Amino acid sequence: MADKTRENLERWCSGEGIDFINGEAEAAYKRRARRIADVIQLKIPDRVPIVPSFGMFPYLDNGLTCEEAVFDYEKAHQAAMKTLEEFEPDMFLGSGYAFPAPLFEALGYKQLRWPGQEIPAHYVYQFVEDEYVKAEEFYDHYLGDPSDFMLRVYLPRVCSQLTPLERIRPFAESFGYYLTMCGSYAYFGIPEVQEALKALMKAGEESLKWVSILGKQAEEIVSRGFPLFEGGESAAPYDLVGDWFRGTAGVMTDMYRCPDKLLAVVEKLVPISIKMGLDLAKDTGHPIIGFMLHKGADGFMSPEQFNTFYWPPLKKVMMGLIEEGFVPLLLCEGEYTSRLETIADIPKGKCIYWFEKVDWARAKEILGETVCIRGGVPASILFSGTIQQMKDCLKEVIDVVGKGGGLIVDCGLWFDEAKHENVKTMVEFTKEYGVYR
Amino acid sequence: MTDNLITLLVELKEQDCLRVTGERLEAGEDPHKIVEDAREAMKIVGQRFADNVYFIPDLVYSGKILEQISDIVKPELSQKSQTKRLGKFVIGSVAGDLHDIGKNLVSFMLDVSGFEVFDLGVDVPAQAFVDKIKEVEAEVLGLSGFLTSVYQAMKDTVEAVKTAGLRDQVKIMIGGGVMDDEVKKFSGADAYRPDAMAAVTLAKEWIGGA
Repeated sequence: MADKTRENLERWCSGEGIDFINGEAEAAYKRRARRIADVIQLKIPDRVPIVPSFGMFPYLDNGLTCEEAVFDYEKAHQAAMKTLEEFEPDMFLGSGYAFPAPLFEALGYKQLRWPGQEIPAHYVYQFVEDEYVKAEEFYDHYLGDPSDFMLRVYLPRVCSQLTPLERIRPFAESFGYYLTMCGSYAYFGIPEVQEALKALMKAGEESLKWVSILGKQAEEIVSRGFPLFEGGESAAPYDLVGDWFRGTAGVMTDMYRCPDKLLAVVEKLVPISIKMGLDLAKDTGHPIIGFMLHKGADGFMSPEQFNTFYWPPLKKVMMGLIEEGFVPLLLCEGEYTSRLETIADIPKGKCIYWFEKVDWARAKEILGETVCIRGGVPASILFSGTIQQMKDCLKEVIDVVGKGGGLIVDCGLWFDEAKHENVKTMVEFTKEYGVYR
Repeated sequence: MTDNLITLLVELKEQDCLRVTGERLEAGEDPHKIVEDAREAMKIVGQRFADNVYFIPDLVYSGKILEQISDIVKPELSQKSQTKRLGKFVIGSVAGDLHDIGKNLVSFMLDVSGFEVFDLGVDVPAQAFVDKIKEVEAEVLGLSGFLTSVYQAMKDTVEAVKTAGLRDQVKIMIGGGVMDDEVKKFSGADAYRPDAMAAVTLAKEWIGGA
């Protein structure tokens, strides 16, 4: 049977369709992509790949505030390219972590505070969690018609400028002239609804501006010989429910109060999450699809709850992507040691598990034959540790987790504040010490 | 099924807890006795959490049940329940940090474990911590943070406590997603703890005579 992951990775490694600036860049791209493809498939690469997950670091490190980075896309681009040039990582995101604040402003978006708006200019943006939608407003509606729920409940709730969209009629009823259009489209004539549509148009313009810069930037990054960071994003269904609609406490209590409905919704979210990942990744042609896992960490639920509400739907999403030849990259936020046995149940050589806090030796022992592990450097050491501490930490993770391949060195999270020399050490030391002989 | 409120709350039987609470009040029982039972149950819940039998969702759900029991009982209480408190604990998310889930959980567990908790909320300026410590003569300060952006704010807050001449009076612990012993060292705090019960246990060691 054809190995779709291998095929997809080979195509990615070939660099086909990339307009390289010169032969050297082409060779460098192929070397870097090969290194990543090998480590994913648990073949020993030439050396341990180093992929720092630069959060707001490129902007802070190049003299910008986070506020400048999220409002001025061009400045953010310039800073990111400087960081690329200086650190030469094996994969690079570009300035995609500096979300476009004007888009959020246009929408009156409540789930995020961005630098300069209620939080200091040099801070990363912050997610503001709440029970935005009550259980009784959520489950039945979502199960019946997710798009309608998103359009007429969720978006009006979390975007103050879109609140008037609560008033429009469900599109499921848009059956044409004599049944509904003639009357129900009157809602689009109401001034408040028209203002909401204008807000959407303004947000659309900002989004287009932002993705156009990122698109051009992506071409520049690969043409210089650096593979991109990932091709798309998906999520664990349980996190989607908790993060965006019900809040941490809300979704936790739903496990007791309405477990069947919660299970039905996470199941409903499986094909949606697969499509979300594939749509983008197929466009970008990049084999890696990122997941940021928020609510399944050690302690955040019992093993039984993890094995009921969290892992089975997540695994289905991962399998859906794997079957199409894509590589799920799971950023496991929080501590994950107690989950290792469970998440080891996945096909061999198809995923990357990226840990923030874990018993690294145990992770290697349990997952080493199955998935590539990423991480190893705590954000706190990057921020305040000495160069020697950095080296000790890197040496340990490369010795333990990198033994025989299967490791990508990185911080355990998207880092913002960090000492320049520590980031430099993370990159240089890995390139030097991480060579397989 | 038992009608024992302690067992019902420990076993997270929401509807039965509310039913039994109502029945006991109707039967004319002293509402303080119901509060005592609920408190006793929460001790067991906390212990189960510390023993890895219960997890965060169990704490959260027990909190939701407790809240409803309190709502039913409160109007019936003749005076505020006089429980001896173990000590005074000021807590908050440091300046610039808006995260509160972990901090709320620690507050809640400290409260049900018998501490007098002064929760200043999120995005708390260093001076507000200092003022509160002075005002209530707190013995422990808990600083919460979830971002690498706030490592400095942790240190600034500890510094402010020192500058105000309060450092000897108050023990300081830190916690939150990106915190660890390295940040403890950097900030000058006394300890880092990874979860709510670990925070309670440490607070008891410091001031609760555990």
